[in-house]
Amino acid sequence: MYTWSFAPILQASDLFLWGAWITVVYTVGSIAIGLVLGLLLCFARLSRIGPLSWLAQGFQELFRCTPLLVQLLWIYYALPLLLGFDLANWAAALITLSLYAAAFYAEVFRGGIVSIDKGQSEAGAAIGMSGWQVMRRIVLPQAIRRMMPAFINQSVTQFKNTSLISVISVAELTYMASIVNGQTYRPLESYTVLAVLYFVILFPITKFADIVESRTRGGH
Amino acid sequence: MTTVPTSGARETVLEARGITKSFGSLPVLHGIDLSLTSGEVVAIIGPSGSGKSTFIRCMNMLEVPDSGEILFRGRRVGSKFRGAGELLGLGELRRHVGMVFQHFNLFPHMSVLENVIEGPVTVQRKPRGEAVDIAMDYIAKVGLAEKRNARPDQLSGGQKQRVAIARALAMQPDALLLDEITSALDPELVGEVLGVVRSLAEQGMTMVLVTHEISFAADVSDRVVFMEGGRIAEQGSPDRVLHNPDNERLKTFLARFHA
Ligand SMILES: Nc1ncnc2c1ncn2[C@@H]1O[C@H](COP(=O)(O)OP(=O)(O)OP(=O)(O)O)[C@@H](O)[C@H]1O
Ligand SMILES: [Mg+2]
Repeated sequence: MYTWSFAPILQASDLFLWGAWITVVYTVGSIAIGLVLGLLLCFARLSRIGPLSWLAQGFQELFRCTPLLVQLLWIYYALPLLLGFDLANWAAALITLSLYAAAFYAEVFRGGIVSIDKGQSEAGAAIGMSGWQVMRRIVLPQAIRRMMPAFINQSVTQFKNTSLISVISVAELTYMASIVNGQTYRPLESYTVLAVLYFVILFPITKFADIVESRTRGGH
Repeated sequence: MTTVPTSGARETVLEARGITKSFGSLPVLHGIDLSLTSGEVVAIIGPSGSGKSTFIRCMNMLEVPDSGEILFRGRRVGSKFRGAGELLGLGELRRHVGMVFQHFNLFPHMSVLENVIEGPVTVQRKPRGEAVDIAMDYIAKVGLAEKRNARPDQLSGGQKQRVAIARALAMQPDALLLDEITSALDPELVGEVLGVVRSLAEQGMTMVLVTHEISFAADVSDRVVFMEGGRIAEQGSPDRVLHNPDNERLKTFLARFHA
């Protein structure tokens, strides 16, 4: 019978806390960059300029149809050979996570925007609004409400995905757990604490997403 | 029956010349001419699919015609990117020519008042206070002053459509385009909306209305246009077109309403 012993793990609690903090930083950072890029990507995709739209779609498919881990390895180990200079692991991690987030957010935004009835933009146009005014005043406020649940879900996934950057030695939560494991030889405790930490952070957020979702449903 | 405020020669407000339009390989409009003088009310009737909506949407360029032109007070309307400076931009046209839709298309994320001030504030750049004054004036005119803070989903169909009319009027347009604005309403709510249109006609508002309410068209319009297969098949005074038609197809069409 295995005897659980959390004492050595607790001694390393500052490593876990630091790791959790780094995970949050990469998540928030890549979500912020991903939001901006995703919005640009979405507008590029919806634009009537053919090449721009195809380019945006190509980018999206590239990031949606390859595993994030592969993207990470490629950008960290392969891309520098093309660039001619090395990328720091934190930079490769942030770039990859941000581009990945952008590809998925762009799809969330696009879905929200095209779900708004055409009559809405026509009513805006009919009072003389420009295309941009229609987008900003009429379409986006309604679309954002509608895309909120998908946006939160995608962000939860983004949080979990940051665990992959441990493979290029970014000292986030998962990486710290393996450090603690190496020091204590207690994989069961180390990785159980790791899983519990992810769960404790993400469970309330997914519950919140459920509430938002039922609200938006009820509102229509 | 419409009273025109000025006694002088009636000015042409909006004019369509030789409008054609196809959707893909489906020709819908085959060269339509229609001119609208100040204070005039024109009713467009015709069977389903005859192109009435497509045509009225061409008049404010929500649908861009394949050929032909729209003129507002003598100025050709066109996309400014393409043409020379004397063209009237689409935004400018729509600031002067309002439209009300069959399905209201109110902005669901805004209150009644916000719906109505949206045009004056965002498009005409009026100060908010002034826009509210103008908006409240029209909201009161359509009888919804006490609903100014309601959301569209708290209103009946008839109330929604009256808000949509107020929203168009708040731009203080030179003409209004109304496309079957009572077709989506329960029968008992049609009257309140037609009442608003009737009083607009009495105040001399220039209007084009597509309608299936034949007796209302007879009552309120100065001219009735019968469209069929993407063409104007007949037009004239309500009395001549609706009560003494000589066009066979028009007779068949009207017979359905007298039955
Ligand atoms: N956006 C569109 N794309 C393709 N076809 C269209 C489109 N809009 C209209 N049509 C077609 O054009 C024809 C004319 O339609 P339109 O809506 O102008 O007729 P209508 O006279 O307003 O009919 P109704 O009385 O039913 O409203 C129809 O055959 C319709 O199916
Ligand atoms: Mg129609």
